[in-house]
Amino acid sequence: MEFFRIRRDIPFMKHALVFNVISIITFALAVFFLAHRGLNYSIEFTGGVVIEAEYPQPVNLEGVRDALIKSGIGEPQVQNFGSARTVAIRLADKDANIPSFVSPDPNIKKNTFDRDKFAAIAIAPGGADGKILRVEVVGPQVGKELASDGGLALLLVCIGIMGYLALRFEWKFSVAAIIANMHDVVIILGFFAFFQWEFSLSVLAAVLAVLGYSVNESVVVFDRVRETFKKRRALAVPEVINHAITSTISRTIITHGCTQLMVTSMLFLGGPTLHYFALALTIGILFGIYSSVLVASPIVMWLGISRADLIKPEKKKDVNDGAVV
Amino acid sequence: MNRYPTWKYLIVAIALLAGLLYTLPNFFGSTPAVQVTAKTSAGIKLDEPARAKVESALATAKVPSTGVTLDSHGIRARFADEDTQLKAKTVIESALVPDKNLDDAPYSIALSLLSNSPEWLTKVNALPMYLGLDLRGGVHFLYQVDMKQALTKRLDSLSGDLRSQMRQKNIRHAGIDRTPAGILMKFRDDATRILAKNLINDNFTELQTVEGTDGSDLTLVANLKPESIRKVQENAIQQNISTFNKRINATGVAEPIIQQQGADRIVVELPGVQDPSKIKELLGRTASLELRMVCESPEEISAAVGGAVPFGCEKYPSKTSGSGFELVRKRVELTGDRLTDAQPGFDGQTQEPAVHLTLDAAGAATFKELTRENVNKRMAILLLEKNKGEVVTAPVIRSEIAGGRVQISGAMTSAEANNVAILLRSGALAAPMEIVEERTIGPSQGKANIEKGFHSTWVGFSLIAVFMIIYYLLFGVISVMALGANLLFLVALLSLLQATLTLPGIAAIALTLGMAIDANVLINERVREELRGGATPQAAITAGYERAFGTILDSNVTTLIAGLALLIFGSGPIRGFAVVHCLGILTSIFSSVVVSRGLVNLIYGSRRKLAKLSIGQVWKPGAGNGAEVAAKPAAR
Repeated sequence: MEFFRIRRDIPFMKHALVFNVISIITFALAVFFLAHRGLNYSIEFTGGVVIEAEYPQPVNLEGVRDALIKSGIGEPQVQNFGSARTVAIRLADKDANIPSFVSPDPNIKKNTFDRDKFAAIAIAPGGADGKILRVEVVGPQVGKELASDGGLALLLVCIGIMGYLALRFEWKFSVAAIIANMHDVVIILGFFAFFQWEFSLSVLAAVLAVLGYSVNESVVVFDRVRETFKKRRALAVPEVINHAITSTISRTIITHGCTQLMVTSMLFLGGPTLHYFALALTIGILFGIYSSVLVASPIVMWLGISRADLIKPEKKKDVNDGAVV
Repeated sequence: MNRYPTWKYLIVAIALLAGLLYTLPNFFGSTPAVQVTAKTSAGIKLDEPARAKVESALATAKVPSTGVTLDSHGIRARFADEDTQLKAKTVIESALVPDKNLDDAPYSIALSLLSNSPEWLTKVNALPMYLGLDLRGGVHFLYQVDMKQALTKRLDSLSGDLRSQMRQKNIRHAGIDRTPAGILMKFRDDATRILAKNLINDNFTELQTVEGTDGSDLTLVANLKPESIRKVQENAIQQNISTFNKRINATGVAEPIIQQQGADRIVVELPGVQDPSKIKELLGRTASLELRMVCESPEEISAAVGGAVPFGCEKYPSKTSGSGFELVRKRVELTGDRLTDAQPGFDGQTQEPAVHLTLDAAGAATFKELTRENVNKRMAILLLEKNKGEVVTAPVIRSEIAGGRVQISGAMTSAEANNVAILLRSGALAAPMEIVEERTIGPSQGKANIEKGFHSTWVGFSLIAVFMIIYYLLFGVISVMALGANLLFLVALLSLLQATLTLPGIAAIALTLGMAIDANVLINERVREELRGGATPQAAITAGYERAFGTILDSNVTTLIAGLALLIFGSGPIRGFAVVHCLGILTSIFSSVVVSRGLVNLIYGSRRKLAKLSIGQVWKPGAGNGAEVAAKPAAR
């Protein structure tokens, strides 16, 4: 079986402008939604309380919410997760600190959230047999650190990847690859802002993993660009890039298809905890293919890549630099 | 050409065998159990009658067990599920400790998970992966240590020492006060100030001094040096961790994790525990002892008669005082830090219940001096628990007491004396702490997480396998075997390192597998391309593997950079993800390149006249349908 039977190089670079315009529009939309709606941070970042409860029968979410509001708690967010019998109740940090729900903890001279009282009220509307599956209480200061650590990690990944690509190829490639892949990150975040999906620590991990992963794509294409420059001296720069993309496209699609098979399996079978993780990966993989091939390559072209940039004057052995698909 | 030397085959074979060996324990699973061990301090041994007692207690209570065994670790009773395990714990507790006083029982009775893997695997250190809280249920706390308080406490104690040393050395100061960040000393003349400064430089190496003036007085401000601040903070964390350890061990929770995180945080993870409030209470408990003088100068008494609390004094409840409270000075003469032991007992003369305290050398010296200088005055012994103080007793000092042995008695029952002694002995927390993160995961939730995680990984793996085999035929089979080897290596490595497997860790395993197939796709596509270009099958294999390797390396390095960044900056769940991700990248390079090449060599390497590779259809432009005559192979 062979999916890709391409006779001629596809003239991708003819449409370079179109690809980039599409990209810029998506990017702008993502930035707009990020600024306008913001991310729906999980309580790991904001501080607050999450309780996951399981009821004997499917429970009316409004009933749970009303019972909580009646008891004086602020604005609880009540949602099903996994099944109709399991409910997640989220409470922002400010709501978790209302006076009727905190009891003074004599050990620390400070008030702490009364989780038992909260749990009892949350369980009541579904009958007495409800069970608390998970409780999480996070103070706001932890979240601030997580956010800044996340930013630092992102920065380190960018610097590391740019440095490696500059060393292995040329600075123009590293600039193009990082622009393409950062724009993926912004687009993933844009999706999370638009749909107000919960942005948790595992989503952050997925975003960073995607960054490392989709750079691969650019690496594979760039490797082939270098090889083509060497082997076929007659070709002009856009033709070289077209050839490189065309001859790697089969591998690109198959690889990403395989990764996506695994991710899809996590998306549907991995349960609520892995759902958004897999969702972030899915968006990352789809946009990763697009951007690292069709955005990074035109940028390299516009940055003025030339044969001289890649082929060093001294002659090297062919085996060493012929590393390509 | 396409043959490995024997040693290379051997390496692959050994790696696979080792992988299998260390992965094996994970398949046996584990059984919920209740473990009874003898406390070392109790000096007893668990024997066959004790085992029989446990067994019969379980039988009487109709709690079905799958075996009660006795070995060098103690008695282990295994159960079919967690619910039975919890019930059994209660039954065993009431059988072995009829008076329900678990703190003082000679046994500790703990919930634990026992691996079902056979003995010989355990002997070669092949242990199953440790499951994180999200996979087995339990409680997680993140405590933040109040470092300001730790520093204040240290300065308090230093200023007390300084005061007494200046008195001993006869250095006449015009007042010593505590400022928020230091100790302020006032002097009438410069000569005395120099004396004081020398004393600090010689005997108080933790302090640094700054000179100044305050009106007509010369001042000397002493505060903690930066390095001693660091040391105080380190000590505070360490002391709190060891106090936690003592207290958790007393409860008999199995496999607790108590670790420092960052500069001022402590993580406590207790698998199997479902009642966080009890643990929180236990961990947060602070009991400390303070010796202070009673306010009893004439002016202080007259102020107190008017109902006011005199300056420099504090009011604490007291059971021994007629008025129900006692006025004591704010200044602390001696703290419980100086305590080396506390034992319940009885007063030698009155036969009243009492607590006998032993002080360390410095404490004994301070106590001796205190009692010498305050003969016929009253000294209050305060017990501070949960920030509530109580004057236990306030005796009159009859004479100087040397030797550092002190007895507290007065209006206590013997049970109370016992409690006070335990609290004092288990140590105080060096600084107050606050819970900044708290998580409880039910055991059923943990089980569901494991099932879902593994289920989705297997489904994803199978889908990839089916696709690869259909698309690449025999090379697909080889790729899938390499991927399987990768999974084997990864799990073996995680088990060998005894890494904690969490749900994000399982996600990382899945993602690593999904990404690792990339290397084999690269190789297979390259081999096809070589074939398309007209290379012989053997040459295509060689060229395919060689040329793909550089790309595989490049793409894995970029992924590894992202993984390392996560490892450095991540905490908690992110870290679990990052560890697996990074290890997975390393094992995938080995398995997709070395192992799969080994398989290919084994199958094809010895065939000299190889006409065809089983790698699926290799389509050549122009061939077959003949529509385009001029089409050149590949490109342009």
